[in-house]
Amino acid sequence: MSSFTTNMQLVYVLAAACFVIGLHLMNSPATARRGNQVSTAGMAIAIIATLVLLIHSGTVTAVGWTVLIIGALLGAAAGLWSARTVQMTAMPQLVSMFNAVGGGAAALVAIYGYIHDESAPGGVLGSTSVFTVLDVLIGSVTFTGSLIAAGKLQGLITGSPVMIKGGRVINLALIVVALGSAAFMLTTASLPALLLVVLASLAFGVLMVLPIGGADMPVVISLLNAFTGTAVAMAGFVIQNWALIVAGALVGASGGILTKLMADAMNRSLANIMLGGFGTGDTAVASVVAGDAQIRSIAADDAAIQLAYASKVIIVPGYGLAAAQAQHGVAELAALLEERGIEVSYAIHPVAGRMPGHMNVLLAEANVPYPQLKEMDEINPEFPRADVALVIGANDVTNPAARRPGTAISGMPILDVDQAQSIIVVKRSMGTGYAGIDNELYANPKTSMYFADAKKAVAEMTAAVKTLVG
Amino acid sequence: MSTALVTDLTIFVLALLVGIEVIGKVPATLHTPLMSAANSIHGIVLAGALLIGITAHTVVGYILAFVAAFFAAANVVGGYAVTGRMLKMFRRKAAPPPAPAVTEAAPGAVPAERQESVRS
Repeated sequence: MSSFTTNMQLVYVLAAACFVIGLHLMNSPATARRGNQVSTAGMAIAIIATLVLLIHSGTVTAVGWTVLIIGALLGAAAGLWSARTVQMTAMPQLVSMFNAVGGGAAALVAIYGYIHDESAPGGVLGSTSVFTVLDVLIGSVTFTGSLIAAGKLQGLITGSPVMIKGGRVINLALIVVALGSAAFMLTTASLPALLLVVLASLAFGVLMVLPIGGADMPVVISLLNAFTGTAVAMAGFVIQNWALIVAGALVGASGGILTKLMADAMNRSLANIMLGGFGTGDTAVASVVAGDAQIRSIAADDAAIQLAYASKVIIVPGYGLAAAQAQHGVAELAALLEERGIEVSYAIHPVAGRMPGHMNVLLAEANVPYPQLKEMDEINPEFPRADVALVIGANDVTNPAARRPGTAISGMPILDVDQAQSIIVVKRSMGTGYAGIDNELYANPKTSMYFADAKKAVAEMTAAVKTLVG
Repeated sequence: MSTALVTDLTIFVLALLVGIEVIGKVPATLHTPLMSAANSIHGIVLAGALLIGITAHTVVGYILAFVAAFFAAANVVGGYAVTGRMLKMFRRKAAPPPAPAVTEAAPGAVPAERQESVRS
């Protein structure tokens, strides 16, 4: 490394510092936007420094400049277009796509590095090659794994777990092939071994995500995010660039923490999720509700009376709300209630959406002020004080059965909706949630069921409240 | 083990610890923008993609450089743009359109409750 490139590392350290400060500023919605700007500035510094390095090296050919510039411009245009046009409900797919291209790019950096070193006279294979191999492995798995996850979220691939006969054996074989050829790559400069590692890793990525059910996507996206970060850090080792190492480590930490939070919120181990098959209905379930329970059904007018004369209302949104595109309607109803001096807040379960924190973004888009969005631990003590808990499109996360042992969701942290003075559940039918068990909340004497599509129900309740208080 | 490698490993481990510390403080409300921000940060791999250009003088090299630059640029530009777009939606108070009522109604109770729940 020449002294010039050594000095350039300092610029990369500056960029890395910007990333850390940017993430730190994300600890509050009030400063988060500034955080993103600081992070963007760091990125601009790093990219400019890289361009300076390229010019300084003087070895980039005319063709080299052309492919880099055209590639980057096309990529930037594609990224910008998808960022501008994406629906907030489709955010998990987009994040997954960015995981895919990030992991893919990291793998390509290592693949190029290996080919270049290997083709050099005598095949120089230095100390970095273990990172090269890891980068190729992790990057390739992330690439196809994220593409499959995005496909599942978009509905292009079925959301229900795809179990392939002998899938575990095939996976095991792929791991053996990938690791075997990877070990061979370390000792001998071999392009076929590299190709085998890439192909086996790509196939493994597909088979890893296919058997995982749609409800587990928050965990999968977080995990793939951690993978991408790790792959980028490995790429940093390959090209000895501190910015990549630090950025990769930060993303790896972020993805790791979110993975754990999501798995904890579902009270399931990562291994259990990765083995897949959840929600296929084959779990033995001890259900209390069944036939003998009394279910009380109400209409818009009764619901409106309860809401309009409450002093504290907690809205419990689930993904069903977003699926019915009812977030704007709910925000309108909440604003109407607030106008009457009623205290309204939202109880957000960690896995209420399709990725960590998804429901918050959907409600923020519907113009809900963020101080009203309450996390589970924050809102649970407030339920006993609430006159009405309005559950819309949420199911398993409100089921008191989670507090007893012996059910499919036992031990899962839930929202204490049953503690509210009265409960209104908006739901299309008595169908079960992902866990496939009956919700005991619905049989609670305090609960009224409002059977309708979320969007329609919310509009009807809003209209009824308006006529009521005229 | 070379000194350079030890330095790199040290940086990696420390960055990992800093990451755990910093990200542990992000509230659940912002987890989606956080993941999106982390996404844009790993777009730094664009630097790695561009550096391929220094030694790429073959067709295979050019193809790899092109694809890597395309992927990484999509990641970094899209990531920052979408994070910014999301964060813009997080408002303390309901913004103009359906909102004027919120500030008028319940002069005492509601704003006080809001102040309280804003994290420091």
